[in-house]
Amino acid sequence: MTETPGAAAVPSKNLARSAERFALPAIWVILLVVFSVLRPDTFLTLANFSAMFSSQTSLLVLALAVTIPLTAGDFDLSVGSTAGLSAMTIAVLNVQYGVGIWWAVLAGLLVSVLVGVVNSALTILVGVDTLIVTLGMGTLLQGVISWMGNFSVVTGVSKSLVNAVVRTRILGIPIEFWYGLALCAIMWYFMELTPLGRRLLMVGQSRKVAQLSGLRVGALRAGALMSSALLAGVAGALVVGTTGSADQTSASQLLLPAFAAAFLGATTILPGRFNAIGVLVSVLFLVTGITGLQQLGVPSFVQNLFYGAALIAGVVLSHAVGIARQKKKRSL
Amino acid sequence: MTSSHPSDPVQAGPLVQLVGINKHFGAGPAVLDDVDLTIAPGEVHGLLGANGSGKSTLIKILSGVHGVDSGTLTVRGEPAQLPLLGDRAQALGLRFVHQDLGLVGSLSALENYLIPLISASRGSLKMNWRAQQRRMQSVLDRYGLAFDPQTEVALLRPVDRALLAIVRALDGPGTPFPGPRLVVLDEPTVFLPQVEIDKLFSLIRRIAADGSSVLFVSHDLDEVRAVTDRITVLRNGAVVLACARTAEISSKQLIKAIVGAELASGSRIGPPTNVGHELLRVSQLTAGAARGVDFTAYTGEVIGLTGLSGDGYEDIVEALAGAIRSRAGQITLAGSVYEMRSWNPTVAVAQGVVLVPADRLVNGIAPELPLIDNVTLPQLNSFLAGPLLRRGAMRTYTQTLIDRYDIRPTDPDNPIAQLSGGNQQKAVLGKWIETAPKILLLHEPTQGVDVGARQQIFRIIRETAEHSSVLVASSDHDQLAELCDRVLIVRKGNIVAQLTNDEVTKSRITAECLQPSLDRASP
Repeated sequence: MTETPGAAAVPSKNLARSAERFALPAIWVILLVVFSVLRPDTFLTLANFSAMFSSQTSLLVLALAVTIPLTAGDFDLSVGSTAGLSAMTIAVLNVQYGVGIWWAVLAGLLVSVLVGVVNSALTILVGVDTLIVTLGMGTLLQGVISWMGNFSVVTGVSKSLVNAVVRTRILGIPIEFWYGLALCAIMWYFMELTPLGRRLLMVGQSRKVAQLSGLRVGALRAGALMSSALLAGVAGALVVGTTGSADQTSASQLLLPAFAAAFLGATTILPGRFNAIGVLVSVLFLVTGITGLQQLGVPSFVQNLFYGAALIAGVVLSHAVGIARQKKKRSL
Repeated sequence: MTSSHPSDPVQAGPLVQLVGINKHFGAGPAVLDDVDLTIAPGEVHGLLGANGSGKSTLIKILSGVHGVDSGTLTVRGEPAQLPLLGDRAQALGLRFVHQDLGLVGSLSALENYLIPLISASRGSLKMNWRAQQRRMQSVLDRYGLAFDPQTEVALLRPVDRALLAIVRALDGPGTPFPGPRLVVLDEPTVFLPQVEIDKLFSLIRRIAADGSSVLFVSHDLDEVRAVTDRITVLRNGAVVLACARTAEISSKQLIKAIVGAELASGSRIGPPTNVGHELLRVSQLTAGAARGVDFTAYTGEVIGLTGLSGDGYEDIVEALAGAIRSRAGQITLAGSVYEMRSWNPTVAVAQGVVLVPADRLVNGIAPELPLIDNVTLPQLNSFLAGPLLRRGAMRTYTQTLIDRYDIRPTDPDNPIAQLSGGNQQKAVLGKWIETAPKILLLHEPTQGVDVGARQQIFRIIRETAEHSSVLVASSDHDQLAELCDRVLIVRKGNIVAQLTNDEVTKSRITAECLQPSLDRASP
């Protein structure tokens, strides 16, 4: 008895750590099973799964976008409007000016990166807080979108974009879902297994240590803001590809859900860190919960309720586990 | 030794009298050993002592932070119960101004002046700004202070900030006290430019002329001699010089009392006696408080940099690491010349000049990140296979580093915040030493480090110095004496003395730091 406390503590510590890491995926699987049992005819169908998973791809990409500056310690509140701007640019160029769809997509991505460049210049060179810069930029771009689209929906975007985003299916699921998965994998490897990813993490965890260790903190933060803008542009292209049109709000309203998914994702897989797989799990968890609840007949306002409650519960629980762990450490 | 010299104000009876104060923390040795301190009304009393002499503990007993093991406090002839609980010290008319002044830079002078009122007020929500400003203005006028209460504190001159903090403590709106008060000024001059100190001194004299007393705590003998009436010196927790009249005591006697050893004149900077080759030549380095500093470092040596706080010795290592901007100067590093104005941490690290900073939790480690991420940061590119990092290689590297520097617990995935201060510091040392630096810069390397780890850290530093040169900036003279081959003394931004070989002792270092500049000009 007296010689085992150390040996006993290690497995229990690992167990607690695993429980924290895999709680959200486990709850997601439980939700899938419960809804499948309750609604076998509507929930447990290929059509439903395919719709659930693919419908959230633009949200997933936007959540991955905000994850990059968040890792480096910056909030980018302009990603929603940047996605909207990208979508509107693609639609207007293609529909109203007859520009080839792939050139239009390229233009949408370039415009997005330009937004990132301006954001970085204002934050890094001038030194204004990113939160303020990107909040202003987001609002400003919303105005630009309304001006470009003349407050209406721009429809009739080339079918080849729609084909490349949703019409093509793999295993019955629209290809955009697989794009999202691939992007998650790339982000994961980039953040965990490249020097750049580790440096971004250090910049976010302690700007002072990063700077004194010789990292180019300004360049890294600028790179993060430009990457998030580029990914927001991709999310905008996916929105256009999914609906064949661009409107005033469907991309920009994804901003807050994207942050919710990023923060919920930071409670799982690598608790305490923004991570790509965590983001994927939380997006899937959220859409599963909402779809299931809707099929059970609960009214549609439950969507926001579920989103908000899941985020708060996830972060509170993760915080509580973190505190409990520290207390235990101290008492050892 | 403890009887007070006769002096005019004393006849009125002391304002504050501490008798037979004993204090120790835990099982440690006595921090204060039978200490007496008598402060007469209307006097400026200097309190001197080296680091660790017990000065701060004594002040904290007066302010109510610490209790005592035994001893009594009498204020205006009335005994006061120790410890002073709550705002008892305030109510007795004991006031404190610390080195950091406790001002908020982004608020106006008036708002700062009212902070004690705001934090003490109960009930009334309405603030009569105009009346408060009139009241503050009358206090400023009374002391002859000429700054606008509406000025943002960050825009005030440093001396005006100090004056504001002092009049706020003395006559501020928090807990007013009508009669003579005692103001304790804890190193108030450290960050003040020389030319502005006179304004502070005239305020101090004005306060004393009004019948209140000032306890002036400082390391700077010139200043203490210029402004105080009497001086008490503490050494190792005991009073070694009690209430000596300032006019009747020389700087030499003071230094002897503080250091406890006979003073010999320090050697001027001459050719070094080392055997290694020249690695770093610093010329005319101007950064922070350091002005036009010249020195040379050789391989195989550990050089100490010290002086009084604010005199610029820390700024030299910070500037060499690029952590603070240099305004002028050049360095010659392994034969190449660099302009210091364009020096920054990225260039410094690339050239093998690395810093183990003070304030480890902010500057040295990312507390939430595991050990492995903290120590591999400077070397990430060496773990690459194609575009990706080899986690296995990083882990092996970290494991080796853990063994080599004896870091515990040994789990590379442990958040570094969960390690003890000593183990954190060993990790930071390992992180940089493994990059094979040319110059290892250390700023207070054993701050917050336990005794056992301290010895290990000294050994690590000595080993590193075998093939590089190490600069240690520290105010811990014991540590410098134990660690360094030579010690450079910095005063008012310049290197004024160099101690080598058997001159490198704690008492010599302390004595050289205290050596007033006046004495030095005419040795």
